Amino acid sequence: MTTHAPQTTRSVTLPTSLDEAVAALTAMPAAVPVAGGTDLMAAVNKGQLRPAGLVGLGRISEIRGWRYQDGHALLGAGLTHARMGRPDFAALIPALAASARAAGPPQIRNAGTLGGNIATAAATGDSLPVLAALEAELIIAGPGGARRELPVSHLLAGREMLGPAELIGHVRVPLLHAPQVFLKATGRTGPGRATASVAVVLDPVRRGVRCAVGAIAPMPLRPMEAERWIASLIDWDGERGLSVEALTAFGEYVAAACIPDPPPAPEGSEAAVHPPAVLHLRRTVAALARRALGRALS
Amino acid sequence: MTNDADATPRTAPFPRPEQPAHGLGASLPPADARAKTEGTFPYASDLWAEGLLWAAILRSPHPHARITSIDTSAALEMPGVRAVVTHQDIPGDVSYGRRIADRPVFASDLVRHHGEAIAAVAADHPDTARLAAAAIAVEYEVLEPVTDPEQAFAAEPLHPDGNLIRHIPLRYGDPDAAGEIVVEGLYRIGRQDPAPIGAEAGLAVPRPDGGVELYVASTDPHTDRDLAADCFGLAPDRVKIVVTGVPGATGDREDPGFQLPLGLLALKTGCPVKLTATREESFLGHAHRHPTLLRYRHHADADGRLVKVEAQLLLDAGAYADSSSESLAAAVAFACGPYVVPHAFIEGWAVRTNNPPSGHVRGEGAMQVCAAYEAQMDKLSVKLGLDPTELRLRNVLATGDILPTGQTVTCPAPVAELLQAVRDFPLPPLPKDSPEDDWLLPGGPEGAGEPGAVRRGVGYALGMVHMLGAEGTDEVSTATVKIHDGIATVICAAVDTGQGFTTLARQIVQETLGVDEVHVAAVDTDQPPAGPAAHGRHTWVSGGAVERAAKMVRTQLLQPLAHQFGMSTELLQIADGKITSYDGVLSTTVMEAMEGKELWATAQCRPHPTEPLDEAGQGDAFVGMAFCAVRAVVDVDIELGSIRVVEMAVAQDVGRVLNPAQLASRIEAGITLGVGTALTENLRTTRGVIRHPDLTGYALPTALDAPDIRIVKLVEERDVVAPFGAKAASAVPVVTSPAAVAAAVRAATGRPVNRLPIRPQAAVALP
Repeated sequence: MTTHAPQTTRSVTLPTSLDEAVAALTAMPAAVPVAGGTDLMAAVNKGQLRPAGLVGLGRISEIRGWRYQDGHALLGAGLTHARMGRPDFAALIPALAASARAAGPPQIRNAGTLGGNIATAAATGDSLPVLAALEAELIIAGPGGARRELPVSHLLAGREMLGPAELIGHVRVPLLHAPQVFLKATGRTGPGRATASVAVVLDPVRRGVRCAVGAIAPMPLRPMEAERWIASLIDWDGERGLSVEALTAFGEYVAAACIPDPPPAPEGSEAAVHPPAVLHLRRTVAALARRALGRALS
Repeated sequence: MTNDADATPRTAPFPRPEQPAHGLGASLPPADARAKTEGTFPYASDLWAEGLLWAAILRSPHPHARITSIDTSAALEMPGVRAVVTHQDIPGDVSYGRRIADRPVFASDLVRHHGEAIAAVAADHPDTARLAAAAIAVEYEVLEPVTDPEQAFAAEPLHPDGNLIRHIPLRYGDPDAAGEIVVEGLYRIGRQDPAPIGAEAGLAVPRPDGGVELYVASTDPHTDRDLAADCFGLAPDRVKIVVTGVPGATGDREDPGFQLPLGLLALKTGCPVKLTATREESFLGHAHRHPTLLRYRHHADADGRLVKVEAQLLLDAGAYADSSSESLAAAVAFACGPYVVPHAFIEGWAVRTNNPPSGHVRGEGAMQVCAAYEAQMDKLSVKLGLDPTELRLRNVLATGDILPTGQTVTCPAPVAELLQAVRDFPLPPLPKDSPEDDWLLPGGPEGAGEPGAVRRGVGYALGMVHMLGAEGTDEVSTATVKIHDGIATVICAAVDTGQGFTTLARQIVQETLGVDEVHVAAVDTDQPPAGPAAHGRHTWVSGGAVERAAKMVRTQLLQPLAHQFGMSTELLQIADGKITSYDGVLSTTVMEAMEGKELWATAQCRPHPTEPLDEAGQGDAFVGMAFCAVRAVVDVDIELGSIRVVEMAVAQDVGRVLNPAQLASRIEAGITLGVGTALTENLRTTRGVIRHPDLTGYALPTALDAPDIRIVKLVEERDVVAPFGAKAASAVPVVTSPAAVAAAVRAATGRPVNRLPIRPQAAVALP
């Protein structure tokens, strides 16, 4: 008696359009969509996931590029990190390009996709704080050619999830024509997971600054009060630069918003303080936010 | 400063222009280099046998627990499962250990560390085997783990042998001696993992005679064979270990905890059984570097001369003894470093805890103390207002000085020369002197580094290690050399772990017999033992045995000719396949002299004996010692605490350069390992449970993390007792470089840096 056969994946489909892919998932609800496979196949190799079928998204050409749509860029979910890191893309959405270049070693960047980064929703996903700061919208493809829009933050926060047989088709990102910065702190010089990351995006038309902090919580965090406060200090019509003190205060505002002080201790007992590692993380976020805003305004 | 330093070759002073093409001193490439680069070199995980079964091991999720029951019936009922073995299925010894047999093959009543093996399964598919292992029902009564080595003294015994594995109270000189300047420090060294690139793997094939053959990447095949035979209840000649390609060995390989279940399953099923460990199992199973807590007090006089060193060293051995006794001896003996210390009082303990087991990793014991005594030397230099190199030069050890163990250093000890060489080497340029595009700031090419927050630091360290087994270990190796048809063959059970022994053996035979084509036979335990591949043994002991055997063959070859020419064999030379007399008058070729004969010789090399350290830590415990000086240059982002090691300049005491290219690669590998120890490599645990048993959580240095390594000087002062006068080169850079990186970070940030690896929060300049 052998046990070889039932262990293997029985069906692999390679659709060439989004609707075909959705149809394949509808036909076989147990099948798992796979694009770059950098997270999925690691789980398969570890024995944590045994997909009954795979729907490969690599041949869907409509999600492997981007196009313009009334002031926005419609990015295909199948864009690889390597593609997003190139100079032509960097001219459009500089922070997303920077986060793509910072994500892992070249082998991972060549395979891993934008949609996969969103679907995996790992805390350390490098593109996620950038998408949160850009307030990107996801275009979700569903059965019967249905399309719906979903803010990326709703998906990452778990407010709305993907339904059965739904796929992230495109990501709509505003083209702001203004500086954007993504900065990431890691434990080493070589490629590594972020200990903290910060995306800062300027929106001169709406006179806004948008900032998101990644890797320190299960989803990117937006310090909205700090954003509004700093935007009110910027002279949008003249030199946009800010004093070092203002930048430092912004960094500390962001850090305090993302890693709040522990609740005040009851009367008489010693004041609660964060452990040294958390304090260091807070200093790191403050330094990253200060540097990111400084670079965006310089 | 200009960029001139970049024009010098990366590993100056190589290549040497006067290098010979073969023989000793040649940069002979390894014979397997092509196969390894092309991916055709067979490792144990590539092996296959007809009808093989796959093994999986069930491991404990708890660091400390009593086992109340083990029910294997669910696993046995699964289709495809052929056998399950537990502690009840061991025909021979239920405990094993390469040094002390205190470790159960399978836990029977008590689990002492996270990942301890409890049972193993053989099935016809690896997934089936894993699922079946998971289906074994084990009931645990979870116990409180002892994870703080300081608590181990007072804790209930974790093992029948007690919690104290060894205690060495070294006493040397006058306990009342005191210096005018006193500095103190408390240091912590983390848990480094050998993290071999190829995880453990093996194939066990039962033999018709009831024995078993194990195909594994063993670095000490004869010891492993004896362990296996004892466990299987077989005579040693019924168990054969065939050594496959070794995919990385910074510590001992192969973990017997993989080999023994494999052999038991093969014997029980009568089928070949294969096991390839997952990365997680590899981290859980094999031994790590001893995490160490060190407390130091250095006394010096006003001129900066050391008066007395007091230290307490506590090594966390984990659950089982393994090499802890040897590591502790090295730590205690070298606790003062390569310095002259008139009075020393060093107390060392190795204790048992429920942490992951510790064992042999390159530079064991010596590495942990080096980080601490060099930090102390930096503290002294600050207190005295002396340059750190000047303070060190006032205290360095030289040949003829006495170690705190009472042993006189008889081998070359050119420590001052090494330190001067790294001190005088030009410093690398600052980033601001190069084009902005070439900057590589801490945090990496896409990191958050900001030039204004980056500080540069320079730090120095001196280190030493012993070579060969210590404290009375019988060091011996046997080698056979054969020559036939102008082709020589070496048979020696010394495993090439990547350290290059097979290349060295070829060079020795080329040198002695004047033939170019030399083959080195694959290693198995039917050959005479050569001992473990550790402590630079094979360069010395096995290299010595190969040389003696080759010389015996040479004598056999030349004797008839010498008789015919009427001169002694010493007056004949062999080179390039020709035999020539000293005056060049008489000459013939090796092929002619052989007359179709086959010449064989076997020889042994056994260096002078050593003695164990006595109850006061005194004794001639070491055969030889090697020294090295490292200067580290680091850039630190003092706001984020990210560190980049820019350059490591190394000067090393090597005795004699036998293969320049291979030597350079060993030194570069050692420095890179040391940079990992200093910055990232720490296997973290929470209450005894390993937190991230994968290569994402355990960050090894990548090409971007590895610094420029400049070999500024190789001091070739022959060690007269060593074969060829050569010293082992792999371990001492591992020992010294973490201390140098820590010193450089200290210089850049002004922080004390008393913990390795250096955490970012310890490298932030506090306001």
